[in-house]
Amino acid sequence: MKKYLLKRVLYMALTLFLVATITFFLMKLMPGTPYSNQEKMTPQQIKIMNQQYGLDKPIWLQYVIYIFGMLHGDLGTSFQFSNQPVSYLISSRIGASAQLGVQAMIFGVVLGIIVGSVAAIYRNTWVDTTATVLSIIGKSVPNFVLAVLLQYYISLKLGWFPIADWGGFSYTVLPTIALGVGPLAETARFIRTGMVDVLNSDYIELARAKGLNKFGIIYHHALRNSLIPLVTLIGPYTVALMTGSMVIENIFSIPGIGEQYVKSIQTNDYPTIMGVTMLFCFGLVLIILFTDIIYGIIDPRIRLTGNED
Amino acid sequence: MAEEKYNLQPDSFEPLAQDQDQELDSEKIAAPSLTFSQDAWRRLKKNKGALISLFIVLIMAIVSFGSTPFINHSELVKSNPEYANLPAKIPGVNINGLNGKMKVSGVWTDVYKENGIKDNVHFMLGTDYLGHSLAQRIIYGTKISLTVAIVATLFDLLIGVTYGIVSGWKGGRTDNVMQRIIEIISSIPNLIIVVLMLIIFKPGMTSIILALAISEWTTMARMIRAETLSLKTEEYVLAARTLGESTTKIAWKHLVPNVSSIIIIQTMYTIPTAIFFEAFLSFIGIGISAPQTSLGVLLNDGQKNFQFLPYQMWYPAIVLVILMIAFNLLGDGLRDAFDPRTRR
Amino acid sequence: MGERILDVNNLEINFHTYAGDVKAIRNVSFHLDKGETLAIVGESGSGKSVTTKSLMGLLANNAEVVGGSIIFHGEDILKKSEKQMQGIRGKDIAMIFQDPMTSLDPTMKIGRQIAEPLMKHKNVEKKKALAQALEILKLVGIDNAEKRINEYPHQFSGGQRQRIVIAIALVCYPEILIADEPTTALDVTIQAQILDLMKELQRKIETSIIFITHDLGVVAGMANRVAVMYAGQIVEYGSVDEIFYNPQHPYTWGLLNSMPTLSSTDLQAIPGTPPDLLDPPKGDPFAARNPYAMKIDSEEKPPFFKVSETHYASTWLLHPDAPKITPPEEIVRRQEIFKKMQASAN
Repeated sequence: MKKYLLKRVLYMALTLFLVATITFFLMKLMPGTPYSNQEKMTPQQIKIMNQQYGLDKPIWLQYVIYIFGMLHGDLGTSFQFSNQPVSYLISSRIGASAQLGVQAMIFGVVLGIIVGSVAAIYRNTWVDTTATVLSIIGKSVPNFVLAVLLQYYISLKLGWFPIADWGGFSYTVLPTIALGVGPLAETARFIRTGMVDVLNSDYIELARAKGLNKFGIIYHHALRNSLIPLVTLIGPYTVALMTGSMVIENIFSIPGIGEQYVKSIQTNDYPTIMGVTMLFCFGLVLIILFTDIIYGIIDPRIRLTGNED
Repeated sequence: MAEEKYNLQPDSFEPLAQDQDQELDSEKIAAPSLTFSQDAWRRLKKNKGALISLFIVLIMAIVSFGSTPFINHSELVKSNPEYANLPAKIPGVNINGLNGKMKVSGVWTDVYKENGIKDNVHFMLGTDYLGHSLAQRIIYGTKISLTVAIVATLFDLLIGVTYGIVSGWKGGRTDNVMQRIIEIISSIPNLIIVVLMLIIFKPGMTSIILALAISEWTTMARMIRAETLSLKTEEYVLAARTLGESTTKIAWKHLVPNVSSIIIIQTMYTIPTAIFFEAFLSFIGIGISAPQTSLGVLLNDGQKNFQFLPYQMWYPAIVLVILMIAFNLLGDGLRDAFDPRTRR
Repeated sequence: MGERILDVNNLEINFHTYAGDVKAIRNVSFHLDKGETLAIVGESGSGKSVTTKSLMGLLANNAEVVGGSIIFHGEDILKKSEKQMQGIRGKDIAMIFQDPMTSLDPTMKIGRQIAEPLMKHKNVEKKKALAQALEILKLVGIDNAEKRINEYPHQFSGGQRQRIVIAIALVCYPEILIADEPTTALDVTIQAQILDLMKELQRKIETSIIFITHDLGVVAGMANRVAVMYAGQIVEYGSVDEIFYNPQHPYTWGLLNSMPTLSSTDLQAIPGTPPDLLDPPKGDPFAARNPYAMKIDSEEKPPFFKVSETHYASTWLLHPDAPKITPPEEIVRRQEIFKKMQASAN
């Protein structure tokens, strides 16, 4: 277990280092300087700016400085946002994104489990058909289209929730739904398939032969066995939520990381792009490690060992 | 015993003519044998959803690609202000919203009449803010979106299948290293790969295709590798190896046909992902952008005026969603058809 | 034998399929006495498992009991509600399944799995139930039971798992134990151990066993009585000696002929395949595979002819008017042994 964890952490570090390196040199290859979009500056001004950003040093030195800075949580200074440190930009915005992401994940997964299990239990009835049709639609409607529709019809027309911006819980409802529908549909399909398999298995028949009632069978045997593999989907869901946050935060004007990322890309704010990129990678790698460990804990069949190649 | 009940004839106990003797031993198989793909096709035909989806996908592909000689894109993006923002007007249809009328401050008004447009001018799906026919732009946009998705998926397939077969076939150290590489790539969110590509190559069709191809192939490679590993130990592959067939020939003759169902199914799932990504990137303004046209661009345009001219977003959105549903259902149908075990 | 505890009368079960109704069980009657073992023998698809599942009320959703009764303690099981059946399953009638590798819940500790029926039927609290589970686990011969009760199914071998499944079935001391091919999935050496265990436990717990198998070899050492099933019907039943040494139905002959013995030089297969139960043949369903078939076989279903007080067979060959035929060599040999056995008994 310890050996396995150590190995995994090493891989994590390697992945992050590679991403940091590749991103750094790609950014350096980019034509243009941070201020090429701005009004003409005198060579004198440019020199001062270069010194300020450390751009006058050789690239390898900039690279070393960057990597070491990153180890201390220093991600450089934004080109665009009044010279704020990238780490400050991120930390001031991460709360909103994290809240939205966690809410959407809980909303999607919990509802998905319910819909999927109900569909499996009432297999081949109208309940199942409805659930299947809804999850296909949920999977196929892009979240940004859904977001625009929700914003217009629920907020603007019906006035149930604020149209945009970030305040109390009511501001989070529609963005959460828009972000969570994808994971919801995916979870429902996944749970239904898994549960149908489980319900057809011999050990469920044995549970019936024991005289357990329907609730006992589903609660003690079927649910647990079909929920365990769901853990593997948390990684992909995280990616989907990161992607979704870029567009959903934009539509609902939420001051989060995703909205920041889009802005940085549009304005060639390289330090911020790199910072957010590293943050996303770090988040995903961490979550994948986390879900692997959880999986090993909740599924007795899986033993985390160091030599499982 | 109560044999009175039975209608016993004198000859009842004669031995039965044993003319079926030959038949007894030969185990007759009543149904004609089908090849694997015939069998899969037979199962697919039973799945109505998948069949309709296949039909929809084909129609959309034929219409959008067949429109090439008729829709001149440079003509399509020329500003045409006199026709700007007209609602749909279909000749012979008299349903509000499709007859040239639109709700303006709560009242249905004939926008065509108000703008003094001649009676013989019809726009099936209305026009956008520059006065282009929305129907034509949607058809053109669908073509671009499909092209992006299909070309990206082909690249994805090429990289993924080759990588998977090589990794699975070579095994050992090579396989180990190749799998570690996949592990690293797949722990980078594909969004980030796409964004980095877009920064290097500047937004546009080519960069989106490249970005999608680079970020999406790992799933395919993993599945193909797993299948190759199990196929490698199959007797007929061993036989081919023993007979000295070259690796390339074995791969082409034995491996590719046997992984073809995985390839087809995975392709059907990759295409909607690619369509979504293109629309997504164009929607947030870092993908294809106006005056180019794709479904994402149309959605982006439509969203700006959604409050007042909802049809400008609804129509492309409906086309996009139908396309996504059709590919997803077709993927599900093919999966069930190729692998009857998963069918429920 | 002891008192009668189960009486199955004229059971008829259909399966609704897209192609039509499959008449899986037709007119099946048998009984079970206290403490005895009844073996139901037949090839795959003959309806053995369906019959026993109907005893448990565990038929698939598309199955329908169209006729007959199953009398257990004076009451018809078929008329009971699902709720009432839940009170019987696992308590009065328990079941052992074929494949021990898949019949245990992979994510639940085996102690809990054994204790579950106790908690359900006897209202035993969890701690006490686990203590009883430990006892029964020792009884079925799991070594180091104190430690292993907290392990998961994947930590046990196939034979051990089948012991655990047996423990689950017996934990409530059921009156009837249904064993559905309990040894088919096991190695031959393990098979013998499991059979010995079942015999031993039957003595200790005083349960009756319905033993389903396609393997006549297993039956010889286990059963008191044997019922032979073919195409959804019982074609012959009698005591184990009567079936093994004085078989009357050509299908039973075929089964015995296909069983290896010390003296047999080659094994005879029964030619052909069982009839399609979507549209069962009019007369004797075995007629098409029966080398001794007569005209009447294709016209009328044979009734049961009495061979002895305990032995009945459903074949026209037993009709007084039927021509005398000579059974296969092996059967003649067996019948001679039977005559000697009877002579020495008298």
